[in-house]
Amino acid sequence: MTLMQKFLGASAVLALTAGTAAADPAILFDLGGKFDKSFNESAYNGAERWATETGGSYAEVEIQSDAQREQAIRRFAESGANPIVMAGFSWATPLAEVAADYPDTKFAIIDMVVDAPNVRSVVFNEHEGSYLVGMMAAMASESGTVSFVGGMDIPLIRKFACGYAQGALAVNPDATVIANMTGTTPAAWNDPVKGSELTLAQISQGSDVVFAAAGGTGVGVLQTAADEDILSIGVDANQNYLHPGEVLTSMLKRVDNAVYEAFTQGTDLETGFNVMGVANEGVGYALDEFNAELVTADMQAAVDAAAASIAAGELVVHDYTADETCPALSF
Amino acid sequence: MDVMPKWADVVLIPLISILLAAILSALVILAIGENPWAALKLMVNGALGSTYGWGYTLYYATNFIFTGLAVAIAFHARLFNIGGEGQALIGGLGVAVICLFIPWPHWTLALLGSAIGAALFGAAWAAIPAFLQAKRGSHIVITTIMFNFIAAAVLNYFLIGALKAPGMEPATAKFPQATHLPSFQDMFNFGETTFFRGAPANVTFFVAIAACLFLWILIWKTRLGYELRSFGHSESAAKYAGISPTKIIMVTMLISGGLAGMMAINNVQGEAERLVLNAVEGAGFIGIAVALMGRSHPFGVLLAALLFGFLYQGGAELALWTSIPRELIIVIQALVILFTGALDNMVRMPLERLFLAMRRAKT
Repeated sequence: MTLMQKFLGASAVLALTAGTAAADPAILFDLGGKFDKSFNESAYNGAERWATETGGSYAEVEIQSDAQREQAIRRFAESGANPIVMAGFSWATPLAEVAADYPDTKFAIIDMVVDAPNVRSVVFNEHEGSYLVGMMAAMASESGTVSFVGGMDIPLIRKFACGYAQGALAVNPDATVIANMTGTTPAAWNDPVKGSELTLAQISQGSDVVFAAAGGTGVGVLQTAADEDILSIGVDANQNYLHPGEVLTSMLKRVDNAVYEAFTQGTDLETGFNVMGVANEGVGYALDEFNAELVTADMQAAVDAAAASIAAGELVVHDYTADETCPALSF
Repeated sequence: MDVMPKWADVVLIPLISILLAAILSALVILAIGENPWAALKLMVNGALGSTYGWGYTLYYATNFIFTGLAVAIAFHARLFNIGGEGQALIGGLGVAVICLFIPWPHWTLALLGSAIGAALFGAAWAAIPAFLQAKRGSHIVITTIMFNFIAAAVLNYFLIGALKAPGMEPATAKFPQATHLPSFQDMFNFGETTFFRGAPANVTFFVAIAACLFLWILIWKTRLGYELRSFGHSESAAKYAGISPTKIIMVTMLISGGLAGMMAINNVQGEAERLVLNAVEGAGFIGIAVALMGRSHPFGVLLAALLFGFLYQGGAELALWTSIPRELIIVIQALVILFTGALDNMVRMPLERLFLAMRRAKT
């Protein structure tokens, strides 16, 4: 079968089954699936927000295996989808290989940098957001011990932990920061029971504020923290509502904004390097009616001042992934 | 005398089972408001309708052949090796070490080297549970499944430590150019039209076919194969005949682990060209279904692997072009496993009765 036939076949199938027209944007979710209550779901919410606001439609896929990554990118590019947004750092390698084959298609990748003329690379300064919530944790803590529960032990999660520890130590240089990772396999992203056990262990070591950057595992961390009457901090999306009055705040990572923005710009997507940090509200902390009583005026003033000096470049939070070391925490 | 002719046993029963699974899947798809006929057409078209689709189908099939064979040979000695997942992961580590640290001049030599490396690493990983079974009586099902988790942890240790490439992703650096295996696209390139464009199927497929042949000869044409099967049929009889259980358990598990490990040539060296976390993606477990469905016969394993390759690639097409959620695609795959593997007798019993009635009518 020639390429042209295949091309036509693919578009015919597309038109028949999904009802998607060409030049619609497309979003590719990572292996966690789009309803992970965290990263992918945030990306999905951004796409949905665009769809409801513009009445447009978009193509989407949740892949099942790594081998499908290149396949999914190619198939969407050949069907005419534009721009194609990818959520997750694992898309970088296949995208770097494929991007040049489709020079007229715009791509956006979240959480990783791909250097190609038609790619927009969106990265988040998670260490900055973690720093802010780390400050709040140390200020809210009465025992002087705060803790961190990570998902899978990868550099990205260490980046969260390192920022958190720096923030806590900035407020209280004598603070003790306990950091634990749930596991070493992808199962660690979805193990609330283990998250709960780690939280109990940290409480027994004196922790009274726990920050969970662990995907689905975080649900167990927040639950246990609420049960044991200590404070917790959510991640990625605003998780304050999960346990009103028990969740100190959430470290926001606005993946939804990144997706929404890419979809809105459409085929005119601005390519290049795009950093979402404290400065452009890509990361931050959540304040709403569920945690208003927990966040004191002092706390808010201190954190906002820190955010302002991070945005102004006066305060530099060390990024673990830059050199794989952390001045505030040893793993 | 057999109740049924052989063709009915080998062909008819699996076909009816697949048909039943397909009907049930169609009902499920109908229940969520999608068109099952369109879905089926999409699956068949996407997996078998183009050389591109075949490229993916055969790629997945290659994985499943290796892990299927690994489980099949262990079945013959009545050992249940469910550690294919871990053995293939560690096999991947072997491939990565061989490809990264030895300057290979040409891919043919690299293929030979990585095949040996993958088999050795996989076999070594199977050797410990095998030894525990043979010498200590620790049940192989328990130990092999525990070793899957240890393998994942070992791999993670290396991928965030010694073997990690610079950057965020826990993965090794790309293997050097000389170790890249020719894909079907490179191999079947006749001038104008490109076949298998962008598909990951590669020369490893032929290695898998060779492995099928090797296993067939080993099981039915050699002395070791005979010992292995006798041990599987009756351990006490085998012992009485002078066959050492320790030797059979060790040798069988080494071969089994080696085969599972060799899957890594396909997915690590052939497709990704680097080692990533969770590179096996459940193929080790699918191997159990493949071996069950293929009746532990190398040719049956080949056919079953092709079927599962089709289900994987067809499922990917469904995920791409319809709003059928991926969980449902797993349900469809599970239905096929259920009917062909677990509910075998449901089809066999009535069919046997039918054949008996037909024979009676004739006489």
